[in-house]
Amino acid sequence: MTTIAVAETPLVLGLLRLADTALVHAQRLSEWCGHAPMLEEDLALANLALDLIGQARALYAYAAEAEGAGRTEDDLAYRRDAPQFRNVLIAELPRGDFAFTILRAFLLAAHAQPFWRAASQSNDATLAAIAAKAEKEAAYHLRHSGEWVIRLGDGTEESGRRMREALATLWPYTGELFEADAADRALVEAGILPAPEDLRPVWDATVDRVFGEACLTRPPETWMQSGGRSGRHTEHLGHMLAVMQHLQRAYPGATW
Amino acid sequence: MAETPMPIWEVFIRSRTGLAHRHVGSVHAADAEMALQAARDTYTRRGEGLSIWVVPSAAITASDPADKDMLFEPTASKPYRHPTFYTVPEEVGHM
Repeated sequence: MTTIAVAETPLVLGLLRLADTALVHAQRLSEWCGHAPMLEEDLALANLALDLIGQARALYAYAAEAEGAGRTEDDLAYRRDAPQFRNVLIAELPRGDFAFTILRAFLLAAHAQPFWRAASQSNDATLAAIAAKAEKEAAYHLRHSGEWVIRLGDGTEESGRRMREALATLWPYTGELFEADAADRALVEAGILPAPEDLRPVWDATVDRVFGEACLTRPPETWMQSGGRSGRHTEHLGHMLAVMQHLQRAYPGATW
Repeated sequence: MAETPMPIWEVFIRSRTGLAHRHVGSVHAADAEMALQAARDTYTRRGEGLSIWVVPSAAITASDPADKDMLFEPTASKPYRHPTFYTVPEEVGHM
């Protein structure tokens, strides 16, 4: 089975970056299914993953339509290799412990919620519709993960230690959320997507508020990881895709 | 290290069509806010609810099953408490 090469116009690339981040994060969240610390949270994490998969499907379908090469959402999800994935690196890191999973979900949701809110005013009607639905989902993701961050950070000695360790690992991956290259600029100028830097003050305020309640200290300014949005990934993504894409790779075109 | 068990909360959901909240089950959660979220994630996955109540299970005072005969048996012999001995006039229609 061959790997497809997508013609990445700024719009297609912008959509793939959003869709890949949602799908890869969803895959990591769904790894908890049957393994979460309690039944209620098992369901909650699966709910988050399903919301993200729904967003990814809508975005892939639109990206396929925008590319105009007759591909489907499944082609884009299952027939590209790691270097063609455009997700931010933070989404692909191994799921870690529950503190790591929750803190990652929080850091991403604190970005996604204002992002989708702004994108719901997009000049692009399809994207605006996807954004309006995604914003409600992201708002719940932010509330759920944020409340857990507070309780784990300000919980027991062990939960606080695990949160601090997760924060130290995850923080250098947060810079990528606010990057902007030529494709991003083109989409911002066309009024299709919000400017990444405009989301920064809201994200900062959310993070500071929750960290304050969680007794977590925001790490000092540091060098930030980068590359996922251009296809330069950690070694973890290929292993994840091997599992996620196995069926389509082994049985091309198989349907349920 | 001994861990405190996670408290249990009783969950009541008011459905789209329902007028009152109905008991649907229980969840584990550390506090009321997390109990609401656990109830949402556990019991409203298929569009069941418009409103959720959670109540600490410990706040419910329950009757003793051993008192069943004393509490409920005496009513069995009082059929006149059911409004079945009245004839409803036609013109009243559906009640």
